[in-house]
Amino acid sequence: MSHTSRTNDFVVRFANVNGTGSASANLLFAKSIYRMGVPVSPKNIFPSNIQGLPTWYEVRVSEQGYLGRRDGVDLCVTVNPQSLVEDIRSVVPGGYLMYDSTKPLHEEMLREDITFLGIPMMQICTAEYQDPRQRLLFKNMVYVGALSALLNIEFGVLEQLVSEQFASKAKLIPPNIKAMQLGVDYVREHLPHPLPFGVERRDLIGDRVIIDGNSACALGAVYAGATVAAWYPITPSTSVAEAFDSYCSELRVRPDGTRNYAIVQAEDELAAIGMAIGANWNGARAFTATSGPGVSLMNEFLGLAYFAEIPVVLIDVQRVGPSTGMPTRTQQSDLTLAAYASHGDTKHPMLFPSTPTECFDLTVAAFDLADRLQTPIMVMTDLDLGMNDHLTAPFHWDDTRSLDLGKVLTAEDLDALPKYGRYLDTDGDGIPYRTIPGTHPTKGAYVARGTSRTRMGVYTEKSEDYQDNMERLTLKWTTAQSLVPAAEIHHSAVPTRDGMLYFGTTTQAAMEAADLLAAQGQPLDQCRLRAFPFGADVAAFVETHDRIFVVEQNRDGQMRQLLIAELGIDPHRLVSVLNFDGKPITADFITKSITRSVTRSTTA
Amino acid sequence: MSYVKPAFRHPELPRNELGYTKHDYEGGLSTLCAGCGHDSISAAIVQACFEMNIEPHKVAKMSGIGCSSKTPAYYLGHSHGFNSVHGRMPSVTTGAYLANRDLIYLGVSGDGDTASIGMGQFVHAVRRNLNMVYIVMNNGCYGLTKGQDSATADVGSVSKAGSVNPFDAIDLAGLALELGGTFVAQSFSGDKHQLVPLLKAAMHHKGFSFINVLSPCVTFNNNAGSTKSYDWVRDHMEATATIDLVPLRTEITTAYDDGAHQSVELHDGSTIVLEKLAHDWNPRDRNSAVRALHAARDEGRILTGLLYMDEDRPNLHEILHTTSEPLNKLTHVDLIPGASALEKINAGLR
Ligand SMILES: Cc1ncc(C[n+]2csc(CCOP(=O)(O)OP(=O)(O)O)c2C)c(N)n1
Ligand code: SF4
Ligand SMILES: [Mg+2]
Repeated sequence: MSHTSRTNDFVVRFANVNGTGSASANLLFAKSIYRMGVPVSPKNIFPSNIQGLPTWYEVRVSEQGYLGRRDGVDLCVTVNPQSLVEDIRSVVPGGYLMYDSTKPLHEEMLREDITFLGIPMMQICTAEYQDPRQRLLFKNMVYVGALSALLNIEFGVLEQLVSEQFASKAKLIPPNIKAMQLGVDYVREHLPHPLPFGVERRDLIGDRVIIDGNSACALGAVYAGATVAAWYPITPSTSVAEAFDSYCSELRVRPDGTRNYAIVQAEDELAAIGMAIGANWNGARAFTATSGPGVSLMNEFLGLAYFAEIPVVLIDVQRVGPSTGMPTRTQQSDLTLAAYASHGDTKHPMLFPSTPTECFDLTVAAFDLADRLQTPIMVMTDLDLGMNDHLTAPFHWDDTRSLDLGKVLTAEDLDALPKYGRYLDTDGDGIPYRTIPGTHPTKGAYVARGTSRTRMGVYTEKSEDYQDNMERLTLKWTTAQSLVPAAEIHHSAVPTRDGMLYFGTTTQAAMEAADLLAAQGQPLDQCRLRAFPFGADVAAFVETHDRIFVVEQNRDGQMRQLLIAELGIDPHRLVSVLNFDGKPITADFITKSITRSVTRSTTA
Repeated sequence: MSYVKPAFRHPELPRNELGYTKHDYEGGLSTLCAGCGHDSISAAIVQACFEMNIEPHKVAKMSGIGCSSKTPAYYLGHSHGFNSVHGRMPSVTTGAYLANRDLIYLGVSGDGDTASIGMGQFVHAVRRNLNMVYIVMNNGCYGLTKGQDSATADVGSVSKAGSVNPFDAIDLAGLALELGGTFVAQSFSGDKHQLVPLLKAAMHHKGFSFINVLSPCVTFNNNAGSTKSYDWVRDHMEATATIDLVPLRTEITTAYDDGAHQSVELHDGSTIVLEKLAHDWNPRDRNSAVRALHAARDEGRILTGLLYMDEDRPNLHEILHTTSEPLNKLTHVDLIPGASALEKINAGLR
């Protein structure tokens, strides 16, 4: 494949060593392209240790606005000798590899079909800076400068970003800019430039912002009025709690210094969800954030909350499993675990955000749904969404919006009621009325319990009472179907009986794949799931298509299993497209899988 | 079956300062075995709350799973309760307490619920100094699952089935002291005169109040050879002191004769009056409490009463700098930063 001039359509991969300050330089690079009005999508691929192992950062630039990961690295910037062999191999034929030429490359590493761009980064920094730490840090800025010359990134944009970044430490601004300038100068004197692909200013960003999904979930929790967070550290969910802490410290501290929130780092995930449940039972909005291993530990409590009908929000930032899996790689593999978490007959609503904007909106929605339905609600994100920065619509809040605290009785309500029973289904929707401890001196008290009880809330072991309660919970589930967010359905320009169904972080790649497939004469209608249980819209989508490709990032086709189980679909109509290598799924992979499957079925 | 007590009560029952009768602090009919120590503790709770003039709805009854954890259904019928999961009462209580710092959290647990499955949560609740009362109804066995040895069964203790427990017991009061518990007491379900004032003092205390109550299981662990039977405990019990809580407004009367008693004045002006029995012991000195506990254990005695108390350690809300208004009472205005704040956040992300 030979490269012709391609503007705003390429992938740069950075190969760094964890803990060497490369992260902020790489973000600076991605952000400069964003500031030039061109869609960009950066992704971290990192190990679970803190220092010393290789980390990669891939930046996809796409004039067309495709934000999913794309295979094929056009330019690899490697400053990590450890991964050099692999990095050289990663570049597409006709591509480029930038390396630190302070030390020459081994002959046998060289490839004929790519261009090597040697820049003596260490040598430049050694000559310029005395402090060894500075030499290391500014090396990153040298390559950012060099990239700007190679890819036509406006130097003024970089200068501006650096000034903003160090606004509070102004004396760091000039040396950082100097280091970038050294990179520019070296390229101008020694290397062919610009490259055949590069950046050209556009106005394709609109009002979009760049943020990671975990911060967005945390911000959603702030806007949902959550006051209690309990958590136990686990990658990739840790930064949800950390971001909640940092937003609260800005937005929720009173003038006298006291806090309108409480965050507890629990002793384990059992305690974390226990605390969240206790707080919700007591009338505060509370949540926990975790990943697969934590959800496993929370199972017993999720069953209790389901049965005792206590609202709770759980944000599951999924990672590769089973067990501790590859803790720093992404996957959508907790679906069946979360959907049916706990012993006995249990099922739980799940929400599937696909962008940070939706992480915010659906986290707020999760709190409203939890209170409305009095049950655990799980927000299913993943490492890719949670820990990577994404180009996303700005957050929106309507000041007239009120939170839906659900069916909670006040003292006046209780006084007006002839009788109160905690589990009476007064409205016929399966949702009873709850009371918060301390509300009324003589009315409305009940004991929340996992053991069976009558509709009046009194302990019972009568079979009829138990069964009656379980049937009411089923009715509540039916109510949930109409309350959870609807799916997003796109019809192809050309009528088709083929559909594609996806959710969460598969969305960007799947939408791009649909475009590619349409161009190949394979039109697909698309259904992006946003919630479990599936609503009537999803059932209708499945009903009106003969063959549906279910694209997901796990081995067992877990969403497909849920569709079959919950909607009673003939399994043959649902064709799995599965990526489970721990890297974010690509459009290319989806396109090839679907093409292969279509060819196979038409030739068979 | 469901159990509801008959509503009829004598009209002339005495009333406390709030106008409530003791009946107003009772709950449903107990379904525990007749003679179970746990029922005596429930009765002591009713008595203590009645005497303390506590508004029943200002108490939250918390428990895990076990015969002991069923008891919240049998007292304080006008209080909310949470019969949670086995060993996890502390975390649920932590969350509830974070949501509303103004209620009294009355947690009950069993020795299995605390010393085995719930050990982790117990330890961390002590450490965080939750403002709660944590009662272990300690019978040295798993009552609800039919009498297996628990981790508080003494080494050499013989079960009803005749087996001899080969493991050393976990001393929960000693552990609570070690972990920095700010109110540590030990008592016996059969000693109402000691237990009621201890419960009152524990509810009064603004931190983690731990009471390990020996509470014989008549069905599985009340045989000769058991060290948690009524007879054994009665014979080996040694009280540190008699105790009484004198609330702020009440003058200490001369009923306490000088010399034999020690008044412990509390920060809010109330007083705990102790009639000391063990002379080398000072309830404000942790080391002295630990020494007394060890000495008693070495001599096969069970030390009961208030072992230690520390009012100065900040409780969890103080540590977290939570606002004085309960978090569950905060409204939209306090909690939602609004559209303009969000616009600013958006601007910072461009
Ligand atoms: C996760 C879990 N494991 C086991 C049980 C079974 N179980 C119920 S009560 C109990 C022990 C109770 O002993 P204790 O806490 O001492 O209470 P007691 O009945 O003696 O008052 C056990 C093991 C359970 N309910 N949940
Ligand atoms: S089994 Fe033991 S602990 Fe349980 S109720 Fe009966 S006497 Fe009490
Ligand atoms: Mg027990």
